[in-house]
Amino acid sequence: MSEVFEVGFIVSLIGATLRVATPLVYATIGELFTERSGVLNLGIEGIMFLGGFTGFAVAFGASEAGIEEYLWVGLLAAMAAGVTMGLLMAFLSVTLGVNQHVSGLGITLLSIGLSLFGNRMVFGQRQVLPTVEPFSQLSPARAIESIEPIFQQYALTYIAFLVLIPLSWWILFRTTFGLQLRAVGENPEAADAAGVSVFRTRYIALSAGGALMAAGGAFLSLAQLGAFSPGIIAGRGWVSIALVIFARWHPVRAMWGALLFGGVFALQLRLQTIGFDLPFELFLALPYLVTIAALAIAGRNANYPGAYLKPYKRE
Amino acid sequence: MRLKVERIPAPAWMRPLIPVGAILLTFLITAVLIVLVDADPLRAYYYFLIDPLSSQSGAIEVLVKATPLLLTGAAVAFAFSGGYWNIGAEGQLYAGATAATAIGLQMHGVSSWIAIPLMIVGGFAAGVVWALAPALMKVKLKIDEVVTTLLLNSVAIFIVSALLNGPWRDPISQWPQSPEIAPSAIFPRLIARSRLHLGFLLAVVTILVLWFVLTRTAFGLRMRATGLGVPAARFAGIRVERTLLTSALVSGGIAGLAGVSEVAGIQYHLIDALSPGYGYTGIIVATLGALSAWGVGLAALFLGLIDTGAQTVSRVLGVPVYLGEVIQATLLLVTLAMMLLQGYRISVRRRGP
Repeated sequence: MSEVFEVGFIVSLIGATLRVATPLVYATIGELFTERSGVLNLGIEGIMFLGGFTGFAVAFGASEAGIEEYLWVGLLAAMAAGVTMGLLMAFLSVTLGVNQHVSGLGITLLSIGLSLFGNRMVFGQRQVLPTVEPFSQLSPARAIESIEPIFQQYALTYIAFLVLIPLSWWILFRTTFGLQLRAVGENPEAADAAGVSVFRTRYIALSAGGALMAAGGAFLSLAQLGAFSPGIIAGRGWVSIALVIFARWHPVRAMWGALLFGGVFALQLRLQTIGFDLPFELFLALPYLVTIAALAIAGRNANYPGAYLKPYKRE
Repeated sequence: MRLKVERIPAPAWMRPLIPVGAILLTFLITAVLIVLVDADPLRAYYYFLIDPLSSQSGAIEVLVKATPLLLTGAAVAFAFSGGYWNIGAEGQLYAGATAATAIGLQMHGVSSWIAIPLMIVGGFAAGVVWALAPALMKVKLKIDEVVTTLLLNSVAIFIVSALLNGPWRDPISQWPQSPEIAPSAIFPRLIARSRLHLGFLLAVVTILVLWFVLTRTAFGLRMRATGLGVPAARFAGIRVERTLLTSALVSGGIAGLAGVSEVAGIQYHLIDALSPGYGYTGIIVATLGALSAWGVGLAALFLGLIDTGAQTVSRVLGVPVYLGEVIQATLLLVTLAMMLLQGYRISVRRRGP
């Protein structure tokens, strides 16, 4: 019990929190951009899965082919797969205007099916899981040993917190494109009348969102595991859906939400290893319950984007 | 010559052609994957569509696979036709399965005539309870049900997992699975030496009730009116909130029955992999079946056929078994796209005045 209060425990807990939060930051920001344009993309769970698989499979192939930067090649391939699925979602929900929740779930089922099919096709049924040497961690604070575990992180974690979050805040609230994106999500008729292309903006949001979701999945296979397994995403896409609402569609609040989830997850993992006998699954259910409770409290005042779930038709 | 597209409903005879066209287009698209693994698509589709039906055991297996899909499909169709977007059938299924297990474990020495009805009622009630919070939030607070029902799926699976790693962990094997339910709680077989069980009959009855309620009762009419448009329904004097609440809760109950049927008819104990996503496949079934009872029945049987065929194709031709899932998801997306055609009339016109 006493070890919980030691500095080392807390430092390593913070380090783990940042690692657990990283894929959630990518996916949540991806979903946030998508929803800000007025489209709920329930394809997120599947797109993360596809990102995890594509990233690994391509990195594995590239490493066999002797390409030195095989991990980055894999990451790019994953993001390309994410863009493809984002475009498919855009075609269905923007061009055709079909039901967003049903088409989104269809994208999830299709992406998971394709990944599992591809995994069996490429790697067969091997006894030993194929692996690649994963991304290594940077340790810029090696000199200060006591706090090193906090800063010993993957480059993708640094990018998530130091680049992606500020950048997406800046794009959303300080650029013309961000203004257009929010206008399209809030009131597409008015945006259209002002000369903003609703279709083009939503296509961009859905493809960029798909790329980020897939990057989140690829982080898990290329950095954390160095392998792909069917249990890799395990509902993290749904957590991101919850975080977007919890964050009320704001990137900085989304970061705090991801850190909160990461913290709870890392804590239960550590308590388990120390030997606490906890029903840890109930910890994992917390973010979902907190989001539902937050929705119930905010009620009809929850700031959903005005055109949420509504396809836009020019009459 | 040019194409003319008008936004008026397509003629009625076209409607049945849409699922057929969607199936053909889906097979055309997924043939690419079959070619990728060096198999012959025509042979693969023979094993998907014809082979399972050419033997009695194969046909029975299709019915076994269709059983949970009939129930989750009926559950989703019931909610969707009332305009309630229940994405939570998966969680409601697990709630029903948990209740069925809890009851089934206590039924040692109790007659089947008591045990089985108790499990069915208990499972239905658990599904209703699991659907209650999002339904109330929708009706009382106007909170969108898509996200709340979806998130509760994960919560249900975590609770099941906590039970299986805690109080229900099998004391003998130490696996995360519950002990077996009492023999009297196990669903009887409908055909000797097959896997077809009472759950199939339950599913068929559910489909019949769904048909009757949707098309032959005043409540069904009120429900479909609410589904078509809340303001108009309210104007017609329908108590929209009450109708929405009923369709949401009954939908949850039906999904709960799918959980009962899988525990009592197939597994005999609770495992966390009880459903490979039947709740989500139910959405495919309901969409494919155009939310009608007969449509749901046919769609569930068709997806059961695909599930059975996928295993044969994998065994005989070495095509990964996951092709079945790809086909089902592609079929959903293609159907969604093609259903839009219903709203349009496309005609070819000669160049002229």
